[in-house]
Amino acid sequence: MRKPLPAWVDISIMPLINIAAAFVVAGIIIALIGENPFTALAVMIKGAFVYKGALGYTLYYTTNFIFTGLAVAVAFHAMLFNIGGEGQAMIGGLGIGFIVLSLDPILPPLLVILLAIPVAAIFGAIWGVIPGWLQARRGSHIVITTIMFNFIASSIMVWLLAGMLMAPGQMSPETRHFADGVSLMQIHHIGNALGWPMARSPLNLSFVIALIAAVAVWVLIWRTRLGYIIRATGHSEKAVIYAGHDPARIIMIVMAISGGLAGLMALNEILGVQERVILNFTSGYGFTGIAVALMGRNHPFGIVLASLLFGALYQGGAELDFEFQTITREMVLMIQGLIILFSGALALMFVPAAERIYGKLASADRSSDTRKGEQNG
Amino acid sequence: MAELWLQFVLTIDATLRVATPLILCAMAGIFSERSGIIDISLEGKMLLSAFTAASVAALYGSPFLALGCAVIVSMLFSLLHGFACITHRGNQVISGLAINILASGLTVTVGIAIFAQGGQTPFLMSEQRFSAITLPFAETARHIPVFGTIYAEVISGHNLLVWIALLSVFITGYVLFRTTFGLRLRAVGEKPEAVDTAGISVTLMRYQAVLIAGFLCGIAGAYLSIAHGAGFVREMTAGKGYIALAAMIFGHWRPVPALLACLMFGFLEAIAARLQGVEVPFLGPMPTDLILVLPYVLTVILLAGFIGRAVPPRSIGQPYIKER
Amino acid sequence: MTVSSPLAKSRADLPFAVSMSGICKRFGAVTANDHIDLNVLSGDIHGIVGENGAGKSTLVSILYGFYTADSGTTEIAGISYTHNTPADSIAAGIGMVHQHFMLVPNFTVLENIILGYEGYKQLSKSMDQARHMLSSMSQQYGLDVDLDAQVGDLPVSLQQRVEILKALYRDARILILDEPTGVLTPQETNQLFDILRALKKQGVTILLITHKLREIMAATDHVSVMRGGRMIAHLQTTDTTPDQLAELMVGRPVQVKKQWHKANKGAAIVSVKDVQLTRSKTQNLLSDITFTVHAGEILGIAGVAGNGQSELLNILAGIIAPTAGHISYHDHHIDAGNPADPQKIKSLGVAHVPEDRHASGIVLPFTAAENAALGYEKEVSGGYGHAFLSPQSLRARCAKLMQRFDVRPADPNLKSSLFSGGNQQKLVLAREMSDTPSVLLIGQPTRGVDIGAIEFIHQQLIDMRDKGCAIILVSVELDEIMSLSDRIMVMNNGRIMGLVEQATANVKDIGLLMAGVQ
Repeated sequence: MRKPLPAWVDISIMPLINIAAAFVVAGIIIALIGENPFTALAVMIKGAFVYKGALGYTLYYTTNFIFTGLAVAVAFHAMLFNIGGEGQAMIGGLGIGFIVLSLDPILPPLLVILLAIPVAAIFGAIWGVIPGWLQARRGSHIVITTIMFNFIASSIMVWLLAGMLMAPGQMSPETRHFADGVSLMQIHHIGNALGWPMARSPLNLSFVIALIAAVAVWVLIWRTRLGYIIRATGHSEKAVIYAGHDPARIIMIVMAISGGLAGLMALNEILGVQERVILNFTSGYGFTGIAVALMGRNHPFGIVLASLLFGALYQGGAELDFEFQTITREMVLMIQGLIILFSGALALMFVPAAERIYGKLASADRSSDTRKGEQNG
Repeated sequence: MAELWLQFVLTIDATLRVATPLILCAMAGIFSERSGIIDISLEGKMLLSAFTAASVAALYGSPFLALGCAVIVSMLFSLLHGFACITHRGNQVISGLAINILASGLTVTVGIAIFAQGGQTPFLMSEQRFSAITLPFAETARHIPVFGTIYAEVISGHNLLVWIALLSVFITGYVLFRTTFGLRLRAVGEKPEAVDTAGISVTLMRYQAVLIAGFLCGIAGAYLSIAHGAGFVREMTAGKGYIALAAMIFGHWRPVPALLACLMFGFLEAIAARLQGVEVPFLGPMPTDLILVLPYVLTVILLAGFIGRAVPPRSIGQPYIKER
Repeated sequence: MTVSSPLAKSRADLPFAVSMSGICKRFGAVTANDHIDLNVLSGDIHGIVGENGAGKSTLVSILYGFYTADSGTTEIAGISYTHNTPADSIAAGIGMVHQHFMLVPNFTVLENIILGYEGYKQLSKSMDQARHMLSSMSQQYGLDVDLDAQVGDLPVSLQQRVEILKALYRDARILILDEPTGVLTPQETNQLFDILRALKKQGVTILLITHKLREIMAATDHVSVMRGGRMIAHLQTTDTTPDQLAELMVGRPVQVKKQWHKANKGAAIVSVKDVQLTRSKTQNLLSDITFTVHAGEILGIAGVAGNGQSELLNILAGIIAPTAGHISYHDHHIDAGNPADPQKIKSLGVAHVPEDRHASGIVLPFTAAENAALGYEKEVSGGYGHAFLSPQSLRARCAKLMQRFDVRPADPNLKSSLFSGGNQQKLVLAREMSDTPSVLLIGQPTRGVDIGAIEFIHQQLIDMRDKGCAIILVSVELDEIMSLSDRIMVMNNGRIMGLVEQATANVKDIGLLMAGVQ
């Protein structure tokens, strides 16, 4: 007898089963290639957590995924599938470039940084709100539009970075370095200053901003009127109209928030690490955000956990390059694809079996209860 | 003048070469989406089959065997897409995206494991590839003005797969609009419950549609690596699957208009390649990046209804659930 | 109360057209069909009545092969038969006209008819053959439809004919019609029954599923009654009465008598003048709508679905703006140049229970507590302006409403989709009545609601009216309109066809007005 799963199983056990399935398939592929999947796993865990400075790198990647994961999740709550995180992050980085390059000769670094943070969000928001507007007011499908917008953003970046923004006297498509001091402080500097020696890593204050963003998204979705209406929009636009709100406006607001969060990802890469705008700094993190959101069930807490897992995969995956001849960090891309497959497209595959097992367990419980009842009666 | 004419003819020729994988993928997309299954995994399937074709050709030397294997691999991933979207009612966009990302990782990982060349396959010799078919009298005709140049440059000198791509357009049109199978396939994308109550399996129809899509993507992938190119390179599809998707939308999910859209997008790419580095008065070097992005921009504008309206099949993206 | 056994003997030694016995079907924890027996005489028009959720649709879906029964046997024309798919049933001569038409809107009539039964691989051959066969068939049964018209452009009554032709083209000898009259005027309903009688003459057996007793009495030879997943009775139609059938359907005596009693009319508080709504230059959805509603009065709006009632209700609620004309509530005026949004309308003391509960009235995946605040979010804010929501006050508000309207189970944290239709509707009603509105706009108050809740809801409406609320009631159930309204306004094609006082109202006249005959 099948029995519907209780909420706690659905949000804790089922995601774990789906991730386990992804890892099992990845393990089989590694074995087929002729390597030992357990050795590979051990290398990755060591690379992600054990080596000196490894944790810092892991958390640095995690930062990117929290931003892009939150971006996807916020849109998901309104049933909008924002595949455009990649492009929105690029444009966010471009915004940082514009503001910093034009102001760093005039203004003090701290002020420039304080301006650059909202500008990153605003630029990302603009790149998100246009597809939102096209869906809300012109009826074009957000999935297709955001895909197209990724390509358009990427072309704009190539055009600008190889053109008017290219640093003079250089051949590679990137801007000049930002002025000294225009960067987000790295955590190991802070640690060392406070007397806690830390290994060097690119982990910077963006990580803190990412965590604040996660809390803010939680409050937005579950504790505000706007969040309530966003969730209602996701389930039934008609109900939202009936309640007196304009779903088109809500869609645009959601896409602005989503794009803004994706835009903030650029803080970590551009203002935290590179200190100049380079081509392809997003490296597919926008797409990883989709896997993160699916795995984290669109809940900020789940997203932080999923980001940590992906951070570890990316950092540990880099270690694979050093240890193995035949497996590389592209392995991680494969695992990412499998995770999207199992926790996204095949999310329901294991549910019937789980319901059967749960039904059996529950009925076993109940029959022992009734027996007790009979004895008492 | 003659030089300019030759340049033009050569651009048209290049257009056809560039458009071939787009045409095949657009037809694949039409089959899948007409049946109600969104297929953004055209890109991934094309990448996987490009890799398969190049690997098989490099290892066994036969382009036909390579083509066959490429088609099979592409169809296997279509089955996976169907398994997720049809059998398990998964989100079609997510499934497609998963296949695309999986394809990126898998091709490089397996490529390194087999060939140890950083994800590439070895360079293919001409007998391992589909080579150009020179039509009779091409060389003699070359000297005839206008028609001769067109015959020699545009019509002659293509490989087999180019011809298959063009043929696929007419087959797609015939199957969709002139056969019973096509009627059912279109119905299943519009109103699956009507098909179900008429006693036809929605599941079976949709599986057939995605398998046909896989078949066509497989040919497209093989074209890239063993006909147009001479080996597999990482990410060699470079967004062509998405351009094909855009062309399909541009063609309103109809084969001939989609063909024209593919040719238009192919022409833009061909012309951008020709104009690379050309100086334009006042602008400096030709902004070829901006020409290459035109297909995407045009699609956005079309979808927004500024130039006509693109109406997708009514039930697209929705898994079919018998109502309780 | 007489509950006869299934018809024991078949007519003139012919086997039963359909004989089902011991049919069981469960959906999860719900038993939709519990050991159902059904015998249908060949060439009979056989009715099946029952309330919403009695299991009628499940039973015929099993007969049609759309669902598979968990247990039980079926014989078609005396031959034992296991259905697995609709294809098997079609082959066995069973055709079905579904409640929601199974037609592809952008296909032609001909394409729809042949779909799945084409005969040839090549489409043109199949079409030619079908065209030939259909022309003689439509003459034979009086079913005239343009074969090359797009189905989506046809009115629903013609779409229904396409469905019947589709079944006949497949050589259906047994035709199932599931709630076929919901979208028809009384006159169109009579035309449909004429077609059914013509089919009967040709030897077609007809199974008519409905919840309208009037139609059972008018059209059928035999009738089977279902209640709560069980088969309750099989009767000869001439031997029974609507009262008896109603009692069998509900399982207890019900008052078929009107609940209506005369009210004390107050001042006019709703006034609608010359309201127009146009979709395009040529298409008028509403024209020249003018009426007033008084405090302590129920104005019923009757009409076949899709004749402008929904648009009118949405205009009154501020969801869509009229193209022209004006509306006033008390002293507040609204017109095309000065439109109001639903929030504004609410603040005027106007409550709205929408027609389509599942799409508009509630958000199904939300908890009851969340739905109890839909449109009233500001009343559950947790301070700091109205930006935040307090989960505690959400739940407290819901608990209070649930108690007042007897919503069961009284659990604010339960997902709304897990409540029955009746309890969902009570929750919506409770929410809308919570601020004691002076005007209530209510659409299809009892759609998908069981009889117990119907009585409760009707009583609430009468009580509110007696307390001085002005109620505008839109319903496609003519019986509901007639039993509750003080005045009945009939709409056809976006116009008011007439206004009838309760005292002088009768079904025939209203039916003619609904059909657009003045």
